[in-house]
Amino acid sequence: MTTQDIAASGTAAGEPIDTVARGNSRLYGALFIALIVGLLIAPHLLYPVFLMKVLCFALFAAALNLLLGYGGLLSFGHAAYFGFASYVSAHAAKVWGLTPELAILAGTATAVVLGLIFGALAIRRQGIYFAMITLALAQLIYFVSLQSAFTGGEDGIQGVPRGNLFGVIPLTDDRTLYYVVAAIFLFGFLLIFRIIHSPFGQVLRAIRDNEPRAISLGYRTTQYKLAVFVLSAGLAGLAGGTKAIVFQLASLTDVHWTMSGEVVLMTLVGGMGTIFGPIVGSVIVVSMQNYLASFGAWVPIIQGIVFVVCVMLFREGIIGVLSRWVKRPL
Amino acid sequence: MFELLGVSPQVLFGQLLLGLINGSFYAVLSLGLAIIFGLLNIINFAHGAQYMMGAFVAWMLLQYAGVGYWWSLLIAPLVVGATGIVIERLFLSRLQNVDHLYGLLLTFGLALIIQGVFRNEYGVSGLPYGIPRELAGGNNLGFMFLPNYRAWVVVAALAVCIVTWLVIERTRLGAYLRAATENATLVGAFGINVPMLVTLTYGFGVALAGFAGVLAAPIYAVNPNMGADLIIVVFAVVVIGGMGSILGSIVTGFALGIVEGLTKVFYPEASSTVIFVIMILVLLVKPAGLFGRAA
Amino acid sequence: MGIKTWLLATTFIVGAFSAAQAQIPVKLGVLNDRSGVYADLSGEGSVIAARLAAEDFKAAEKGINVDIISADHQNKPDVGSNIARQWYDRDGVDVILDVPTSSVALAVSQITREKNKVLIASGPGATELTGKQCSPNTIHWTYDTYSLGKGTGSAVVAQGGDTWYFLTADYAFGHALERDTAEVVKNAGGKVLGQVKHPFPGGDFSSFLLQAQASNAKVIGLANAGGDTINAIKQASEFGIVAGGQTLAGLLVFLSEVHALGLEAAQGLVLTEAFYWDQNDGTREWSERFAAQHGGKKPTMVHAGVYSGTLHYLKGVEATKSKDPEKVLQWMRDNPSEDPLFGKGEVRVDGRHVHDMYLFKVKAPGDSKGPWDYYEQLAVIPAADAFRPLDGEACNLVK
Repeated sequence: MTTQDIAASGTAAGEPIDTVARGNSRLYGALFIALIVGLLIAPHLLYPVFLMKVLCFALFAAALNLLLGYGGLLSFGHAAYFGFASYVSAHAAKVWGLTPELAILAGTATAVVLGLIFGALAIRRQGIYFAMITLALAQLIYFVSLQSAFTGGEDGIQGVPRGNLFGVIPLTDDRTLYYVVAAIFLFGFLLIFRIIHSPFGQVLRAIRDNEPRAISLGYRTTQYKLAVFVLSAGLAGLAGGTKAIVFQLASLTDVHWTMSGEVVLMTLVGGMGTIFGPIVGSVIVVSMQNYLASFGAWVPIIQGIVFVVCVMLFREGIIGVLSRWVKRPL
Repeated sequence: MFELLGVSPQVLFGQLLLGLINGSFYAVLSLGLAIIFGLLNIINFAHGAQYMMGAFVAWMLLQYAGVGYWWSLLIAPLVVGATGIVIERLFLSRLQNVDHLYGLLLTFGLALIIQGVFRNEYGVSGLPYGIPRELAGGNNLGFMFLPNYRAWVVVAALAVCIVTWLVIERTRLGAYLRAATENATLVGAFGINVPMLVTLTYGFGVALAGFAGVLAAPIYAVNPNMGADLIIVVFAVVVIGGMGSILGSIVTGFALGIVEGLTKVFYPEASSTVIFVIMILVLLVKPAGLFGRAA
Repeated sequence: MGIKTWLLATTFIVGAFSAAQAQIPVKLGVLNDRSGVYADLSGEGSVIAARLAAEDFKAAEKGINVDIISADHQNKPDVGSNIARQWYDRDGVDVILDVPTSSVALAVSQITREKNKVLIASGPGATELTGKQCSPNTIHWTYDTYSLGKGTGSAVVAQGGDTWYFLTADYAFGHALERDTAEVVKNAGGKVLGQVKHPFPGGDFSSFLLQAQASNAKVIGLANAGGDTINAIKQASEFGIVAGGQTLAGLLVFLSEVHALGLEAAQGLVLTEAFYWDQNDGTREWSERFAAQHGGKKPTMVHAGVYSGTLHYLKGVEATKSKDPEKVLQWMRDNPSEDPLFGKGEVRVDGRHVHDMYLFKVKAPGDSKGPWDYYEQLAVIPAADAFRPLDGEACNLVK
């Protein structure tokens, strides 16, 4: 089972390595500044609640991408970490009365633990089996969320207070909350960027491209895979917890397997194994849901068509294609 | 009179039998998945949608052409299988040389489209489909009332599974198939049209899903979402059984149906999760699945 | 400039001014499920119902300019609340209508209160909307789970069905439905012999149905909804449960679902609804107009509720000559509602709209005169008994 062609557009071959590295870091610097400027300007042009939704999903997709694009592991059950964390955060903020940042942390921590347990189980198999196992485990979480008392069953947890950040700054205003969410997103995103470009990330890519060789080089690939799984689950939890505070609710939608499918779609559209792909993908998919809402039943069909088109014609995703044009990993 | 944990043997027998009936659906569906996986190496996420299509085609045949249950049992799988062949030719055949995960993603997208189109056309409340007159009513077995139709489901499912197994294990065609599963290039070198074999195999696997759909139509609501959640359970069944053998997928399907049936008596709250729990246990003990070959 | 032209111009300006003042633009947003499990019982039909209300009210002649928009919340609370916020913040929507799926309705109710607008909920069933999470800005129009359980429970016991067994969907909603109904049954002198909790969504019910059958209860109460109820009823008919003398009582069943089941499977089912198209000339005439615009499908009680609620709201706008939510809502609470579909009713201080409910029995195929002729009316549950009494402990608006 090889996973080479999943996002193999990572490296620009044929140039001396230090030139590439210097060119890349300059490019990344420019792109990050553009991203930050964009984040600052956006709420003045667009509806902040919509933007916050995009950011939550962008972080979620980036977390999945870390696992899929750089670890070569397709999880079809990431909704479990995203959704369950949003339940825990909502519960923490509403019932325990924690401040929003602590509530989000509680959700993230839960996702990490969950990721550790499920990851340990799932990485026993590879490829398609891995995908099916993560899906089945996520379905287990779905049933737990449906039946346990604290999640409120079908009604979900409603009326979660946005609260005061650090107990001081009230987050009722959409704009204020937006900047907090943007900061969380940026933190998660930079963390992922760091991970990818660390020695750990290098090993990860080596495992993705050729696991037997990585093993023969003396790497304990299982531990690497588990570590990236836990990181990815935790970041998905961070996104889910943030979403609970933004929308002031947590519901079954976020633990359902369709959510797992949606986040894979975002990553696929934007470009697996690209840094900026998940952001682009989530902007597209979330806008699609938002602006096509009046088309009703057509939304899932359009999503399905996008899936098929991407797989058939566009496997590198939007950023993947761009990256090939500029001959730089993006 | 012995009682087991407060459950009388009558009830227990009844539940075992009902479990076997549900297991029939798992077995036919996981068999289809296993055959497709064997040759194409992809997990057919659209299997649930194709199961749903089987039920809908049966309903349409009745509604628009006046074709009854028995003919539907033959025609609907053929129709669904034919759509499968089109899908294989149009899409899957072009994905042979890329990572198999793309096959999963593609069929996932197809499932969304198929389910969405049916939802648009027929709504979601479901459509009525009656039990064929010949199988109406039932027999009192002493320990339970067994509707004739349920008995038929077990017989039909078992028959299809056994015939399929015999074809694969005992015929020349099956031998080609098994050989191609092992080494497609080599089989191609012997002058066998492997792409054709692949196409037909996918069509057949999908037709099995359609067959299960027709079987389900009279007892479950004919509804665009009827396969969406079922498919995940079948995935778990497949993980438990391991994809190693055709027989394995059949046996696991029936066995898990029975286990689920027993859970419904002793601890009904867990009956939707029991298969997933078993999956976890199997993964811990035997990562390749009960019948699987180690990867 | 001559005096005549001056006068003319003045009249014109004054005329234009007074006309502008009289024209009240009202924007209604129908927010419901257009693609999922509730699309048939709400969906596009609710948009048609709202439009019919504006037409029948002759809103345009009365200087109220009604604009209706709609969107699909996909039964996802985050999608629903996102649309609601956007409608209130940017699109100038004054009233949100329908909103089936309790989780979405509760979220939208909260936003409606925060933005001080109006929510007239016809689709959802959660008693929370007028209980713990009640809001001065929300009116719960058509039904709630309590009223259905209460109607079916008490009426069935009164007709001799005094031993019950529950088939309960194993999540909060199913538990609540079972609890409320069981209480009613006990209060009416009936007995609950047992219950079995089935997973949600259920799929195969045969095992649970056999347990219910073995209990020998006269009535099997289906404390579940949607596809689960349909599957349970379908399989009950297969196992000959109704033929064997037991009665099925649906605690949350809609006309569209009976239509989906077909009479063969659904016959004998007892259920409570707020409206049925074939009750009197008024309902028949309206339902015919509705069906003409909705591909021949008859309205469900949710559709009728959207119509009735919209009508009452528009009356409030006309009477108060404004669309100030506080004024209009006050008027809606102070004045009884009346229309051909729901008859007389009133809006309580907790937001509950109370009106008569009806107990129906699904006809046998032989008794039905044709498509959509499904129900036979067994009893009227008067408004005073049909809903949960005002409860100061649950809702803090009640003094």
